[in-house]
Amino acid sequence: MSDVLIVLVPSSGHASRSELAALGFGLQVAKSLGGACDALLLGSQATAAAEGLKGVGLGTVLTGDHPDLAQPTGEAIAAATVAVAQAKPYRLIAGPASTSARDSLPRVAARLGAPMVSDVLAVRGASAETLSFTKPSFSGNLLADVDLKGPTAVATCRPSSFDAPGAGGSAAVTAAQLPAKLAHPGKKFVELNKTPLSRPELTEADVVVSGGRGTKGDFKLVEDLADLLGAAVGASRAVVDAGWMPNDFQVGQTGKVIAPKLYFAVGLSGAIQHLAGMRNSKTIVAINKDPNAPIFEVADYALVADLFEAVPQLIAAIKQARG
Amino acid sequence: MKIVATLKRTPQRDTRMKLTPEGALVVDQVQYEVNPFDELAVEEALVIRDKFGGEVIALAVGPAGVAEQLQTALAMGADRSVRVETDQPLDPLQTAHALAAAVRKESPDLVLMGKLAIDAENGQVPLMLAELLGWPHASFASKVEVAADQKSARVTCEVDGGLEIVEVTLPAIITTDLRLNEPRYASLPGILKAKKKPAAVIPLAEVGELPAPSVSVAAYRTLPPRQKGEVVGSAEELAEKLLTKKLV
Ligand SMILES: Cc1cc2nc3c(=O)[nH]c(=O)nc-3n(C[C@H](O)[C@H](O)[C@H](O)COP(=O)(O)OP(=O)(O)OC[C@H]3O[C@@H](n4cnc5c(N)ncnc54)[C@H](O)[C@@H]3O)c2cc1C
Ligand SMILES: Nc1ncnc2c1ncn2[C@@H]1O[C@H](COP(=O)(O)O)[C@@H](O)[C@H]1O
Repeated sequence: MSDVLIVLVPSSGHASRSELAALGFGLQVAKSLGGACDALLLGSQATAAAEGLKGVGLGTVLTGDHPDLAQPTGEAIAAATVAVAQAKPYRLIAGPASTSARDSLPRVAARLGAPMVSDVLAVRGASAETLSFTKPSFSGNLLADVDLKGPTAVATCRPSSFDAPGAGGSAAVTAAQLPAKLAHPGKKFVELNKTPLSRPELTEADVVVSGGRGTKGDFKLVEDLADLLGAAVGASRAVVDAGWMPNDFQVGQTGKVIAPKLYFAVGLSGAIQHLAGMRNSKTIVAINKDPNAPIFEVADYALVADLFEAVPQLIAAIKQARG
Repeated sequence: MKIVATLKRTPQRDTRMKLTPEGALVVDQVQYEVNPFDELAVEEALVIRDKFGGEVIALAVGPAGVAEQLQTALAMGADRSVRVETDQPLDPLQTAHALAAAVRKESPDLVLMGKLAIDAENGQVPLMLAELLGWPHASFASKVEVAADQKSARVTCEVDGGLEIVEVTLPAIITTDLRLNEPRYASLPGILKAKKKPAAVIPLAEVGELPAPSVSVAAYRTLPPRQKGEVVGSAEELAEKLLTKKLV
C-alpha cells in the first residue's frame, strides 16, 4: 500500500493553481513511497478537468460526476472519498487546504480511523509505518514537525508550498464506482453567493495588493494599483470585519494563505495572523505611516508614508516609466 | 434548546511561543484563554438560548487548568460546564472520540464549535465529531438562523469564492468563523454567579475506549527569518527599485 489519492472538487474545466499544487504534493509523497498518485475529481466539472490531467504523471484519474455532487456538500464529498478508499486502500488521502477539503476530509479521517494533518508545508519522510510532515502552528509563528502513524493517513497541503507537477505519462481516466446515495439526509445546499470577481483570484495571482484599516474603507487606490499591475486585491481582517471587502478577500491565518511573487501591504499593521498568510511572498512591499508597524519586519521595501499620498505617486511613477 | 459549546484553551492570541533547544514548547509562562473561535461558539449558543429558551453547556476535554476557561464560559452566561479530565495531550481523533462520548450523554440539539484551535491549527475535531455521531455539519459560519420549530438551522458559511448557505437538520455540528458575532465580556456579576454553577468532571476512563494515539509532534522549529529589507525614501524611489528589479 504505497499509493496516494488526491481529492479535488474542480470549479471549472481547468485545474487551478492550488489543485495542481495538491497534485504536486501527492506525486512527491507517492515518489518517496515508491507508489503512484491517483486523482479523484468530484462534481460537475470532473470529466472536463480530467482531460487536462492525463499527462502530469498520475496513475489513474477517477471521476465522480454524481447527482449528489452537483452542489457538493462536505458530507457527500467525504462519502465519495470513503467509497473510493474502501475499494482500493491508499497510504495517503489528501487535498489542497481549500474550504471544500477542510469541510470534508476530517470526516474521511474519522470514518477510516486515520490520523490527519492540516496545511502541510513540506514532506519530511514517508514510509509504510510513518508519514512525516511540516505544518504551521501557533498562528503561523512556529513550524511543527508532525509524524502520523497508521496504514492510511489524511492530509491537506498548503498549495503555496508546492509546485504543479511536470509533464509525464498518460493516465487512464475512469469513472469512480460510487454508491447511489452520497448526500447526508440532514444537509441541504441552499445557495452559493459568489463574490463577483473582476480581477485575478488571490490564490492564483502573481501580484497581490492588500489594503488594511488604514484605507479607511476607501479601496479605490488599492484597486487602481492592482489594476495597473494586473494584480489581485487582498485585505486584512479589520477590513473584512468592517464590511469594506468580501470575506474571501481576507489574507491570513484564518483567511487565504498565499505566496505571490510580489505582495503590497498598504495601510495594514502586519498582525501575526496576517503575516501567517503572506510572509512567504517572494517580495513584500509595505506602505504604512507608522515606522514601528510590525509589517516592516517582513518587508523587503519599506515606505513610511501616508498611503493616500504615496499610492497615487507610486502609480504615477510606474505609469511614467512605462511611457 | 439544549446547546453544547465546546472549548479548548489556547495561548493568549498574540503570544509568541518559546522553544527549548530540543524544539519542545516552553509552557510555564504561557497565559491561556478560551480559543477565540470557541468564544464565538459560546456567544452564539447564548444568543440562541436567549431566543428559544433551554440551556447552554460548555464542554472541554483537558487538564484541570481548563476549568478556568470553562469558568469564563459560565461567566459569559453558560448554564453549566462539563470537563472530560485528561492530563495527556490527545490527538484530534482521540479528542473527537472523547467529545462524542460526552455529547451522546447530553444528547443536545446543537453543538457549536470553533472552526480552528489557534494552537495546533488543525481544524479537524468538529467534523470528526460529526462523523462519529453521524450528524450533519456546517462549517465556517458567519450567520446561524435556527428555524422557529427548532428542528433545523440555516447557516451562512464563509467559503472560498463567496458565501454558501446550507440547511442542517438538528442535531448538527456548526463551526464558527470570525464574523459570526462579537463575544460579550464576562460581567462582574457573571463572574460571581459562575462560581456557583454546576461544573461536572468526567474521568477520561469513563468515556470508553479511545483509539491509539496516531499523531505526534516530533519537534517545533522557529520560522526561517526573512532577509532584512530596505527603507525607501519616497514613492518614486520605490517605483524605481521595483522597475529596476523588473518586479512590476
Ligand atoms: C483568531 C484570530 C484570527 C485572525 N485572523 C486574521 C487573518 O486571517 N487575517 C488578518 O489580516 N487578521 C486576522 N486577525 C486580526 C489581526 O489580529 C488584526 O487585528 C488585523 O490584521 C488588523 O488589521 P489591519 O492591519 O488592517 O488594522 P490595524 O492593525 O488597525 O492597522 C492599520 C494600519 O494602517 C496604518 N495606517 C493608518 N492610516 C494610514 C495612512 N493614511 N497611510 C498609511 N498607513 C496608515 C496604521 O499605522 C496601522 O499600522 C485575526 C485575529 C484573531 C484573534
Ligand atoms: N480538547 C478539546 N476540548 C473541547 N473542544 C475541543 C478540544 N479540541 C478541539 N475542540 C473543538 O474543536 C475546534 C477545532 O479544533 P481543532 O480541530 O483542534 O483545530 C475547537 O475550536 C474546539 O471547539
